[in-house]
This record gives sequence, C-alpha cells and structure tokens, in this order.
Amino acid sequence: MSDISAVLRAPLVDGDKRPADVTEDVCRPLEGRPTGLWWVGIALSSSLLALGVVAVTYMLRTGIGTWGLNRTVGWGFDITNFVFWIGIGHAGTLISAVLFLFRQRWRTAVNRSAEAMTIFAVMCAGLFPLIHMGRPWLAFWVFPYPNSRGPLWINFRSALCWDVFAVSTYFLISLGFWYVGMVPDLATLRDRTRSKLKKRLFAWFSLGWDGSTRTWLRYETVYLLLAGLATPLVFSVHTIVSFDFATSIIPGWHTTIFPPYFVAGAIFSGLAMVLTLMLVARKVMRLESYITERHVGAMCKLIIGMGGVVATAYSTEFFIAWYSGNEYERFAFMNRALGPFAWAYWTMVLCNVLTPQFFWFKKIRSNMLVVFVLSLFINVGMWFERFVIIVTSLHRDFLPSSWRGYVPTNIEIATLLGSFGLFFTCFLLFCRFLPVISMGEIKGVLSYGRSHRGGEA
Amino acid sequence: MNRNLMGVFVHEEEILEVTRACRERGYEIVDVYAPYPVHGLDRAMGLRPSRIPWICFALGVTGAAAMLWFQIWASAVDWPANIGGKPLNSLPAFVPVTFETAVLMAGIGTILVLALRSRLFPWVKPKLAHPKVTDDHFVLAICQTDADLHPSMAEQLLREHGAIEVHEDTGGGMV
Repeated sequence: MSDISAVLRAPLVDGDKRPADVTEDVCRPLEGRPTGLWWVGIALSSSLLALGVVAVTYMLRTGIGTWGLNRTVGWGFDITNFVFWIGIGHAGTLISAVLFLFRQRWRTAVNRSAEAMTIFAVMCAGLFPLIHMGRPWLAFWVFPYPNSRGPLWINFRSALCWDVFAVSTYFLISLGFWYVGMVPDLATLRDRTRSKLKKRLFAWFSLGWDGSTRTWLRYETVYLLLAGLATPLVFSVHTIVSFDFATSIIPGWHTTIFPPYFVAGAIFSGLAMVLTLMLVARKVMRLESYITERHVGAMCKLIIGMGGVVATAYSTEFFIAWYSGNEYERFAFMNRALGPFAWAYWTMVLCNVLTPQFFWFKKIRSNMLVVFVLSLFINVGMWFERFVIIVTSLHRDFLPSSWRGYVPTNIEIATLLGSFGLFFTCFLLFCRFLPVISMGEIKGVLSYGRSHRGGEA
Repeated sequence: MNRNLMGVFVHEEEILEVTRACRERGYEIVDVYAPYPVHGLDRAMGLRPSRIPWICFALGVTGAAAMLWFQIWASAVDWPANIGGKPLNSLPAFVPVTFETAVLMAGIGTILVLALRSRLFPWVKPKLAHPKVTDDHFVLAICQTDADLHPSMAEQLLREHGAIEVHEDTGGGMV
C-alpha cells in the first residue's frame, strides 16, 4: 500500500534529500551568521516592541484614561486585539494537532513554526486583558487562591473566569506540545554544535535524549495524546472567548452562532498568519525545498474552505437578525452595515469574503508574492472583524442619549503595534536559535532508505 | 558485567530487517537507537504498546472531578453568594472550567510521566551509541551475556545486513 501511495503522491520534500541533508539544511542557518534580511526584520520588530513598551508604561503610570474608551464603548482596541491574537494562535494548533490526527503528513514542514506562532500569539493575547485591568500587579486575583478575605472565591459562573482558565490552559498545553516536539531536535543540535555555551544549553533542554526506540515509542504515544487533547482544547478556547460576548445581552453579541463563528474565524485568521510567516521563514531561512509550493497551495485551499465558513456565518447573522423580528437586533446589524463604522464593516467583508476567492486559481496559489499580499489582507480583515463585533455593537446601545463614537488614541495604536513587535521579535529569535523544521518528523517522510520496503506505512 | 555488541547502520530498511533477524535468532535486543521514529521497529523489537494513555485518562478524570468538586464547594458551600439570582450550584456554568482543568491535568501530567518513565531530565548525560545517532545513523545493541550469542556469528549477521561498523560496548550502564 505504502509503495503505491509513494509512487502516486508527489514527494513532500523537494530535491531527493537524505537524512543527513535535513540535519545540515535545518541546522546550518542556526550556526552561521544571520542573513541581512533577518537583521532588518529584527531591527524593525524590536523597535515596534520598544514603542509598545513605552506606550504601555505610559498607560500604566497615567491610567486607562489614556485610551479612547468611554462609558458607552467600554471595550475597544484592547479586547479587539485580545480576540485577534487568540484567533491567530488557533491555526498553529490546528496544523500541529488536528492535521496530525488526520495523518496529513505535509504538516511536518510547517508544524514547528506554526506551534511557535501559537505560543507567541497567545503571549500577545494574554497581555491585553492584563493591561486592560489597569492594575496588572493584582492580576493574580483572577485565580482562586486561599486569601485573607474569607477566603472569597472567584465567580465561577462568569465567562471572564472561564476565559482565564481557557487561555492559561491553552498556553501551557501549547508550550508543552511545542517543547516535547522539539526535544529530539535539540538533541541533534547538542551533538552538532561546537559552541560550548550552546552545547550546555542544548544538553540541558534535550533532557539526555539518546534516540532509544523505547523512548521513541513512549514519546510518540505522548505526542498523539497531546494532539488528541489539544484538538478539543482549541475548539473550547475560542468557544469560551465567544462566551465573553454571547452570554451578555448586547444586541449583536447575544447570539448562539458565536461559538462556531468565532472558532471558524480564528482558524481562518490563523491560517492567513501561518501563511504569512511561512513565506517569510522560507525566504529568510532559505528553506524553499522543505516549505514547498505544495504546502503553500494546501494552506491556500484550507483558507478557501474556512473563508467559506466565515462568509456563511456573516450572512447567517444578518438573516437571523431580520428573521428574529427583534428590533434591537435588526438595528444593531443595520448599524453595522450602514452606520458610522460601515467602512470597517465593508473592509472586513472585502478582505475576508472576497480575498480567499482568488485562491481558487492555481496561477495565484503558485505566485508566492501574490499569496503573501493576499494573506496580509486576510489578517487585516480578521482584525476588523473583531473590531466590528466589539465596537459597533457597543457604540449605539438601547438609549440614544448615551450613543458615542470611538476613536483609538495614539497610545492604543502604539500598543497594538507593540504587540506585533513582540510577536515578530519572538518569531525571528525562534527562527535564529531553534530548528524551524521538525527534523525528527521530516526525516521520517523522506523516500531515502526505504525503496524496497513493503508492509506498513 | 554486561557487554553489548553494537551494529551501526545507515538505512532504515536495514535496521528493520536486522532487528527482525536478531529477534528470530533469539538474541536479546538491548535497544535500537534511531534519529527519528522508525515505524514498525517497535514490533520488530517485540515491544508492547505503552500504557501511558491509561495514565493520561486517569489524570484527566481526576482533574475534572477535583475541579468540579472545588467549584461546587467554593460557590455553594464555603461562601454561598447570590449572583444574579442564579442557583448556588449552577452546574452548567461549571462545565468550561472543569473541562479546561481536565485537559491541563491530563496534558501536563502526561508529559511529566513521559519524563519520569523514560528518564528524560535536564541533568541526565546521555551515553550516545554513536555520535551520529541523532543525525542519520541507526544503532542496534544486542546483549552479550546471552549464552546463545556467539560474538563472531552475531557480528557476521550484522555485517550481512549492511552494518557499516560493529563494535563492543563495555561501558555498561546502558541496560
């Protein structure tokens, strides 16, 4: 069976590589000097990060009043960014866990960087509720711990409490999954590197890995279990994020479609971000023969699919608002499409519904530059989706006398830019110091050394 | 003292075949070292599937039960608070946190069990069977205390299957 499929299917890795070539190709960029492109990237992203640090420090010293929020619009950029970043993370788990369970072997080339992306995205996401608290040094109050006030426990009926548990679990499990997946590769680096410091660090983090088959057997079992746990987890996390909205009584938020709608949107935006990063990583780290056009094509097709789900959700929302006969609900949706934030709404529709349609054409899918630009459009569109859901639903509430506008201040914009800085700084550092491709997995999908083999795949 | 005979191979199919052949002859296979998980090698060595899934399941159930109990206790027993007129034991509202805790316990617990069971700790100094075993070489280690094992015959078997190098490991500590 495996022989037949090996003939029929295009190879996952271009250029007839041997296992030693994989080690060489993945490790060499980590050992030499970084490319010029890398320096440009790190300079840009760390400056953005510095800008964000300044903005957040100023905000913490002065107060939440430095943001454009008012009594009507209590959630603005902060929560938009939170939901946006959480969503970005989801595609990483989708690729590493869900595609693993479906035995999609093409994922091997991209899963490591997608998982790294998840971790950095969740870090960015977690930052926003933290600074939104205004007094982040009291953040530990969100956890139930024995305290001297009774003890007074947290309110387990609150969707915000569920969020705390969901996001922290998601971060820890993603981190564990990423790290466990990396241990054998860290051992490869340990046995290769000549630098004394690096050798000590890799030796510490590779946990004495020696490639024993007994360990590999347990390791693969654990990897499968983690994938099985991460899959329902990823669906639960964005479901719970959507509960933050859906359990309220705000028209435009109070809908049962929110959990699947948010999950689909999250995967959609995350896929776009994976694509963006994949295209950057393959250029900056010269990994064109591992992250092939086939991978990019597969991602584009997933984006078409998820884009369809998102478009269906948009139209369903509108239909139900009309069909419910609830005048507040109807108003909220008419206000989205025709009100003062109509520009944001139509940006969202254009980016999220129209852009993926270009991916139907093979010519476009195989043009990396066009794919890169289109993926950026989807990233923008998905950010606007969260902005539209949050701000347009809030800014005109039940009482016309309390209607307000919302304009983000420079501090808020700088904070958003800062989160991008954090994300890309982390990602570029990861590209520089850790293997961006899972060597242990990619060596297992090469055609080398198993030409005459029958039996199992 | 244990002495191991180590055969070094460079192809996946060779290591699979030689492992099967050694098992058929009744040699005691200490371990096979590989740079990536070779599928079918566990069966060739006669290893049984890991029991870690059961531990993972037990951890998940424990986590869920403990967190559900804690939520009910904290909300309805230790400090009953009327929040929006909801019942003190609002069971459906406790489901999300219960689920998340189950996943957290099962996931992190399983990783720790792997570390304990396979002795994967930061301070462990690995004794590599071959310097390239984490790159592209495979090493089969068979135990020489076995009375049936005739060193030269065993070496011949390894060579026949394409071993590029056969050596004795007298360091011990591998078993």
